Amino acid sequence: MSNDHGHGDKPFLAHHFEDEDHQFDSGKLGIWVFLVTEILFFSGLFCAYAIYRSMHPEVFVFASTALDTKWGAINTCVLLFSSLTAAWAVRNAQLGQNKRLIMNLALTILCAFGFMGIKYIEYKHKFHVGLKPGTYYAPTDEAYPGHAGLKAQTVAFVAEEGQGQEHGAGEVQVPAAAEHPAGEVTQHGAEGEAHAKGHGAPWNDPTVPVEVRERLKIFFGIYFCMTGLHGIHVLLGIVVFGWLLTRAIRGHFTPSYYGPVDFSALYWHIVDLIWIYLFPLLYLIH
Amino acid sequence: MSSTTAHEHGAAAHGAPAGHADHGAGKHHALPGWLLFGTWIALMALTGLTVFSAQYDLGAFDIPIAMTIATIKAFLVMLIFMHLAWDKGFHSVLIFGSLFFVWLFIGFLAIDRGQYQSNKDQFDRNKYQSAPQ
Repeated sequence: MSNDHGHGDKPFLAHHFEDEDHQFDSGKLGIWVFLVTEILFFSGLFCAYAIYRSMHPEVFVFASTALDTKWGAINTCVLLFSSLTAAWAVRNAQLGQNKRLIMNLALTILCAFGFMGIKYIEYKHKFHVGLKPGTYYAPTDEAYPGHAGLKAQTVAFVAEEGQGQEHGAGEVQVPAAAEHPAGEVTQHGAEGEAHAKGHGAPWNDPTVPVEVRERLKIFFGIYFCMTGLHGIHVLLGIVVFGWLLTRAIRGHFTPSYYGPVDFSALYWHIVDLIWIYLFPLLYLIH
Repeated sequence: MSSTTAHEHGAAAHGAPAGHADHGAGKHHALPGWLLFGTWIALMALTGLTVFSAQYDLGAFDIPIAMTIATIKAFLVMLIFMHLAWDKGFHSVLIFGSLFFVWLFIGFLAIDRGQYQSNKDQFDRNKYQSAPQ
C-alpha cells in the first residue's frame, strides 16, 4: 500500500510497516506487553510485603512511624502532576501543538527530578539515623520519632539530676551531641556493634517488645527494595523523557507520528500507578 | 486507512462514552483538556482522602479502605490517562489479565502462609519471653 518505505514525507515510518497506523498499533501492543511484565515484576515485592505484613503486622505499624507522611504525600502529588503533564503531552502531540508538547515533556522531567530529590532527602535521613536495610540496620536514637531510645531518656534523667552531661546514670554515658564520636559511649551487649556503625547512641526503647525490635529491619529491607526499584524506574523515565524532549525540540512528532510520546507516557503512568499503592502501604500504616 | 490525523479521525469508535463520541474516539482521539485536568483533581482529592482517613484508627477497615482508594486512583489513571477506556479491548485484557495473575500470586501465597501461623507462634513463644502466649 505504502510506497515510501520510510522515505519522503514520512521519515519515521520504518520500512517493515505498511503504514503509520500499522507502526503505531505494533508499538502500542509492544508497550502494553512490556507494562504487563513490569506489573508482574513488581508483584514479587508486593507479595513479599503482603506475606511479611500478615506475619508481623505490629512490626510494620511501628516501623512506619519512621517514615515521614509529609514527604510521601508531597511525592504522591508530584508524581500525579507529572502524570497529568505526561497525559497532556500526548494530547499536544496528537493535536500537533509542538511548543506545548515541549513544555509538558520538560515539566514531566522536572517533576521526576523533584521526586528523586525528595527521595534523596528521605534516604539521606534514613541512612543518617541508621535505618538501613538488612544487616546494615542499626537505628540511632533519632530513628523513631516519639520513641526515644536510651540516650534521650538518660539525657532527661541527667538534666533532672543536675549532674551535667559527662556522666549519666549507671553504665550509660551520654555524648554531648549526636555527632559525637560513637565509640566513646559505652553500651550494653549486642547493641555495641550496631552502635559503632551509627552516628548517635543506638536506639533501644524497652517499651517496644523485643520480638518487634529485632524484626524492624524486615520492614526496611522491603521499604528499600520497593521504593528503590520504583526510584530506578523514575530515573529511567527521566532518560526516556529526556530523549523525547530532544526529539520534540527537533520537531519529530506530528499528529500522524507520536507513538513514542504515547508509549513513554504509558510507561510513566505505570510508574505513577505503582507509587499510588506504595504510598498508603508504606507511609500510612497504623 | 493510512496516516489519519487526530481531528479527522472520527469513524473508529471503540466503546467511547457518549459525551466524547462527537469528537471522534478512535485511537488518535485527543482527550479534552477538562477531562485530563478533572482526572488529576480527582486523583489529588483521593490522595487527600487517603491521608485523612489514615489519621483515624479504623481497625480492620484500615487496609481495605486504603486499598480501595488506591484502586479507584489506579482505575482513573488506567482508564483515562492511559486511554484504556477508548483503546482496543485487547490491551485491557492484557493489563487486567496481569492484575488477575498478581491477585492469584499473592492470594495463594497468603493462604499458604496462613497454614504456618501456628509454627510462627510456636517460634515466637520459644524465642521471646514477652511474646503473646
